[in-house]
Amino acid sequence: MINLTVNTIAISVDEGTTVAAAIDAAGVIGFRTSVTGEPRAPLCGMGICFECRVTIDGIGHQRSCNALAAEGMEVVTGE
Amino acid sequence: MSKLTTDILIVGGGPAGMSAAVGASQKDGTKITVVDDNPHLGGQIWRADLGKIKSAEAQELIALLEQQKISILNNAAVFARTGNALHVETPSGKIEIEYKKLILATGARERFLPFPGWTLPNVFGAAGLQALVKGGLNIQDKRVVVAGTGPLLLVVAEYLASKGARIAAICEQASNKKLDRFALGLWRWPSKIAQGISLKAKLRSIPYYRNSWITAANGESLLHSVTVKRLNKTEVIECEMLACGFHLVPNTELAQLFGCSILDGFVAVDDFQETSIPNIFSAGEPTGIGGVEAAVVEGKIAGLAAIEEWDRARALFKVRHRTSTFAKALDRTFELREELKSLASSSTFVCRCEDVQYGKLTEFGDFRMAKLQTRCGMGACQGRICGAAVEFLFGWKDRSVRPPIFPVKMENL
Amino acid sequence: MNYDVAIIGAGIVGAACAASLSASGLRVLVLDSKNVATGTTAAGMGHIVLMDDSEAQLALTGYSRRLWNKFADELPADAEYDHCGTIWVAADEEELSEVRRKKSVYAEHGADAEILDDRALRELEPNLRDGLVGGLLVKDDSVVYQLCATKFLIELATRYGAKLRTGSRVLGIYDDGVTLDNGDIIAAGVIINAAGAAAAELSPQLKIVKRKGHLAITERYPNFVRHQLIELGYLKSAHGSDADSVAFNVQPRNTGQVLLGSSRQFGVHDSEIDFNILHRMTSRAFEYMPNLKTLATARVWTGFRPATPDNLPYIGKVPGRENIYAACGHEGLGITTSLGTAELLRSMILGQTPAIPVEPYSPSRTITEH
Repeated sequence: MINLTVNTIAISVDEGTTVAAAIDAAGVIGFRTSVTGEPRAPLCGMGICFECRVTIDGIGHQRSCNALAAEGMEVVTGE
Repeated sequence: MSKLTTDILIVGGGPAGMSAAVGASQKDGTKITVVDDNPHLGGQIWRADLGKIKSAEAQELIALLEQQKISILNNAAVFARTGNALHVETPSGKIEIEYKKLILATGARERFLPFPGWTLPNVFGAAGLQALVKGGLNIQDKRVVVAGTGPLLLVVAEYLASKGARIAAICEQASNKKLDRFALGLWRWPSKIAQGISLKAKLRSIPYYRNSWITAANGESLLHSVTVKRLNKTEVIECEMLACGFHLVPNTELAQLFGCSILDGFVAVDDFQETSIPNIFSAGEPTGIGGVEAAVVEGKIAGLAAIEEWDRARALFKVRHRTSTFAKALDRTFELREELKSLASSSTFVCRCEDVQYGKLTEFGDFRMAKLQTRCGMGACQGRICGAAVEFLFGWKDRSVRPPIFPVKMENL
Repeated sequence: MNYDVAIIGAGIVGAACAASLSASGLRVLVLDSKNVATGTTAAGMGHIVLMDDSEAQLALTGYSRRLWNKFADELPADAEYDHCGTIWVAADEEELSEVRRKKSVYAEHGADAEILDDRALRELEPNLRDGLVGGLLVKDDSVVYQLCATKFLIELATRYGAKLRTGSRVLGIYDDGVTLDNGDIIAAGVIINAAGAAAAELSPQLKIVKRKGHLAITERYPNFVRHQLIELGYLKSAHGSDADSVAFNVQPRNTGQVLLGSSRQFGVHDSEIDFNILHRMTSRAFEYMPNLKTLATARVWTGFRPATPDNLPYIGKVPGRENIYAACGHEGLGITTSLGTAELLRSMILGQTPAIPVEPYSPSRTITEH
């Protein structure tokens, strides 16, 4: 299992799980906030639409659908 | 920044790219490199369940790839080119890869059309939700509506059901007439019949609506139901997730960056899968949406042609011809109906990156003006989502392509 | 239909002229071979900035900036007018003396500017690196989304009865009108050449060369940068000369995006992105703002500044022609000086006294090239 945090919530996921799936498993709904303030979540699932962007280990605008969860990773949503 | 050189550079590790690598590996001493922006090979269609590819064909290809010691770069996004080199961003920095021959197997993405509520969380693409579940998203006992168009809907529904989802309905916008004609013609591709029969059997208990499409996704900040148009009436179906995609559009950005001829939206190639630019080949969905079988044979031809094994490539032309007629049948059957043009209300966002509403876009006569004045298509996805939508809605086709074709860290530019 | 004025070019300069002249009751036609704000205007940074490379430049940018700040209330929200101010950043003591000089020149001109020490600079712009010695904060500078501002100027003009005709190229200018590529002849009492980088093709008397520039824009990082930042180091670099050069210039957009410039190249006519100079440009920026390195860059583009030999625009009668005026050659300051240019031209055409002396911008001036 891989241990990471999503908005400081600790969560364990199987190896090979995407960050997007880990965020969902942590019960977080909005991945990013749109230009007009709407909560947004993954759409395309394959790195095209950029709706699933989150901050991973301090670096913003990372696509969570094609990043794999890693041990100790800190994920923050809502950017 | 680091530099690499290779004889043959393949962009895309899906069926076409992997098959191209196998084809090109038939000549000893040829250095082959595959770059792919996913964590694993397999592309979208063979996207692994939690990293483990199951398809037998894919396994075979992977074994071959391993024996041939082909270099594979995962999580590598191609964003620009200079001369005979591609600029690639990886988690560990930028790599410039110089090549002698290039094979573009960049695959396809789903087509999305805007309708009220489509920006709500838990509204996904059809292939999109499947990809997310393959990445570990849990859908056990989730009530899901699968909608849109294309043969993918059945595949996705079956897959989601196998992962514990409860499929409330499948809504296919194509008409009975077109679907029947398609089914009658399937004898030409026996493998498709077998696939179809086994899918139908697995989906027997699920309502399958033809002539049917989503007119709205309902919810405040989260989806709770969808409004479905069916048999001249609308009905509301409760669901926790909507998986909605309107068939596929090719990823041609990289080919466009090279100035390869594009015909009717697809990369134009000759018999040997070579584009209008010498030594640049393309295979799979960028050259026509034809599915896995087409991608595999086209990839193989491109790989063989790249090592100048002309006769062996030529031997595959017949197989390719069969798959290409299937692609044409797909296009005819799942052509989008006119009614889908009026789904968006004036306040529906068309560009999700910049939140540009449908009503705002109707003020403009072409995509460039709309872009400059509203930033439609100028956000992070660079028009990959709204571009196909405005082409269908307004007939705007003038998508310019400039590097970086994906956002990259400034230090990697 | 006869027009009092035909304006060639619907960039921001042509649009400003159209708004001003039509408001004065003249019948105006604006012509553009493509569309509103699709040339150099579309490619620029949208800054409204006081500049003092020369006295005449200071006079024109100062006058124009006052007009912008008055006009700001009328602008629609999508013009994203942001009164963010400029900070001229000093990296060493030599540049700090330039800060003091600049402040006193601006003060003489009645413009507000405040000297910042290293701490004040860091406080205002935390993403600048340590070790910079200070800067000059010019509070009344602004940033505007120039594409929507240009469209609004055209809308203003049409409210006053001006007409817009897009998609036809002007082939020739005559004292009483222009000819179009489809053979149409349009009669007008006065013709204004506001064709930007293409102006010299129509009026060969004007000397205008294209200076290619690159810009890069990031995704949204609200508050990453708060003012327009410009290095003073360009004094020592080659930014003023004829060699290719880069300088650190960064701008906050209202969207939270960070817009990064700038590069200058002469004699390059293709619009391709040149990764060598782009790399020099970003490297220069990292020297000032290392945290830029990890920002996701969404787009890069190029544009052509219409430059005159003395870096001042042409505003006034084209030499040897009676009814033909130039409003072009604004180089990288077209957004800033558009409103001033329009007012000066309006005064000349209506026979009124211009608000500032116009001789330095006369297309007939003798230009000693440096």
